[in-house]
Amino acid sequence: MSLQAVRDRVAGSGSPTPGKPISPRSFNTKDIVVLVCAIGSSLGLTWLLFTQILPLQGSQGFLIIWFAAFLVIYYAAVREMDGKMMARDRLMGSIVSVVAVAVTVPLILLLIYVTAKGLQFLRLAFFTTTMANVGPLSPVEQTGGLQAIVGTLEQVGIAMLIAVPLGVMTAIYLNEVRGRLQRPLRIFVDAMSGTPSIVAGLFIFAFWVQNHSFSGFAASLALAILMLPTVTRATEVVIRLVPDGLREASLALGSPEWRTTMKVVLPTARSGVITAILLGVARVIGETAPLIMTAFGSATMNLNPFSGPQSAMPLAAFQLFRSSQTADVERAWVYAFVLILMVLVLFVLARWSAGRQFARR
Amino acid sequence: MTSQGDKVATNTTSPEQVLDPTLGDEREPAALEANGVHAWFGDHHVLGEINLDMPARSITALIGPSGCGKSTFLRILNRMHELVPSAQLAGSVMLNGVDIYGRDVRATDVRRRIGMVFQKPNPFPAMTISENVLSGLKLSGVRVKDADGLVEETLRRAGLWNEVKNRLDQPGGALSGGQQQRLCIARSLAVHPQVLLMDEPCSALDPTSTGRIEETMNELVETVTIVIVTHNMQQAQRVSNYCAFFNVDEGQPGGIVEIGTTQQIFEDPTDMRTADYVHGRFG
Repeated sequence: MSLQAVRDRVAGSGSPTPGKPISPRSFNTKDIVVLVCAIGSSLGLTWLLFTQILPLQGSQGFLIIWFAAFLVIYYAAVREMDGKMMARDRLMGSIVSVVAVAVTVPLILLLIYVTAKGLQFLRLAFFTTTMANVGPLSPVEQTGGLQAIVGTLEQVGIAMLIAVPLGVMTAIYLNEVRGRLQRPLRIFVDAMSGTPSIVAGLFIFAFWVQNHSFSGFAASLALAILMLPTVTRATEVVIRLVPDGLREASLALGSPEWRTTMKVVLPTARSGVITAILLGVARVIGETAPLIMTAFGSATMNLNPFSGPQSAMPLAAFQLFRSSQTADVERAWVYAFVLILMVLVLFVLARWSAGRQFARR
Repeated sequence: MTSQGDKVATNTTSPEQVLDPTLGDEREPAALEANGVHAWFGDHHVLGEINLDMPARSITALIGPSGCGKSTFLRILNRMHELVPSAQLAGSVMLNGVDIYGRDVRATDVRRRIGMVFQKPNPFPAMTISENVLSGLKLSGVRVKDADGLVEETLRRAGLWNEVKNRLDQPGGALSGGQQQRLCIARSLAVHPQVLLMDEPCSALDPTSTGRIEETMNELVETVTIVIVTHNMQQAQRVSNYCAFFNVDEGQPGGIVEIGTTQQIFEDPTDMRTADYVHGRFG
């Protein structure tokens, strides 16, 4: 039926104009006016309470009373105009949106603060020099971080080499093999994810560092202990999401089970497995406590992770924060900022490679 | 369930090669024969005493109301039943006279010879269309010399070539439901099975796609023995040569009520229940 025919039908049915499209759930001008008025009047009421009527002070209290007053006024106004059901809907909608925004506020403030503090003294030399020739009295602009960047990359890299295969294989055992140890193992992994990081560090100190030396590898061992349960549980969750139909289809083609796991289950869960690995990295890249008694920290470059003290980003930041010199404390902010930057770059790289599933060929 | 080793990985020449000589020549469509098959899930006896011949070069339809054990029986025919942890069975299933449940027969070999198409189209989402077609070979560790040729030949057999020949590198999930199902048929055909089991292959599809798949089945029957479970009486009547009517009574295991040629079952059934079912009076 042509558009003209539709119009003719509408005209013929007695309606003077073609019907206006309606969208029942949209927020129209009237709703916006009510919302703005409710925000304004609750602000005014709270201001009145705080400055004119009651001897109240403090910005948190102001915000809370403002929000409460807004909810009451908004509910009453919408109820008056659109009825009880709509009012309840708007009330819950307001609470959920405000809470959602409120949760992101601390994170955004943190990012802004660290960026402002760190960017101020960050120079390109940070990425090319070490702390070897920097003393507590050197100007803050003179900060080298290469030894810590290398240390963190090596330690987290080796920890990944240990924890990712173990974690993914454990997840496969828990979800694909479904052996007799499944239940006890899952409980064990859950318990392991509660291991305090300092305990992991002390454990490696007792069993490895005392017999060998401080080293980046010792730090990797401690980080791997912390990473393992995170990678295992997250991988287990994503491979459980792979539909059973795909496993059956693969087995029905005559595939052995291990090939079904390697070529169907894991590739299907690919981006989820990469997320699981990222969660593991995120869990450990900022860990400081276990590094104190394993990597120990160093101002100079140590490329060999297997022998001698090595620096790391969070460890260096921690050690600088404890300095009595303000210049060192300022340096710690530079380290903190670059650490956040590193995490960001790693995550973007991983996401980008995960998204290239069909672009490889 | 038993973990099968990687025996087939040593077969690196062509897919036509005989896998396990005890199961006979795999290039010929084979007859299947179920003798005294029973099945249980835990203590629940779901199938009792099934005796059914499925002759080579023919389409056998399994019909009957839901829950009467048709799908379970179909899964017994290529050893998919044993993948359910609590599943048990008795009896034997003969492929060209050799018991597929014999002690020295590998489940993976059986499943390569007896392919399966499922109710819901399930192409592998992480693979392209051509990779999906070749997946059976890749998954059983067989290397193909002329991969492109095999992809084309198989997609032509499944009646999908003309629709996808320009987008073989796109993911299989991008196709329509009917095309996905034909891709799944192609995937099963690429390993050159002797028998193809189809578990309500058209129940999720529209009539046009269903028609295309029925056409495909009629073209395939010269080279593959087909066993199909269907709830669609017209479909059973249109495509099958033989029919087996399954039924189940309260508290009893499911079983076969009547077996015959399709014409016989639909036009002159001997059992009242069969007549009632095929004429839509119950089920």
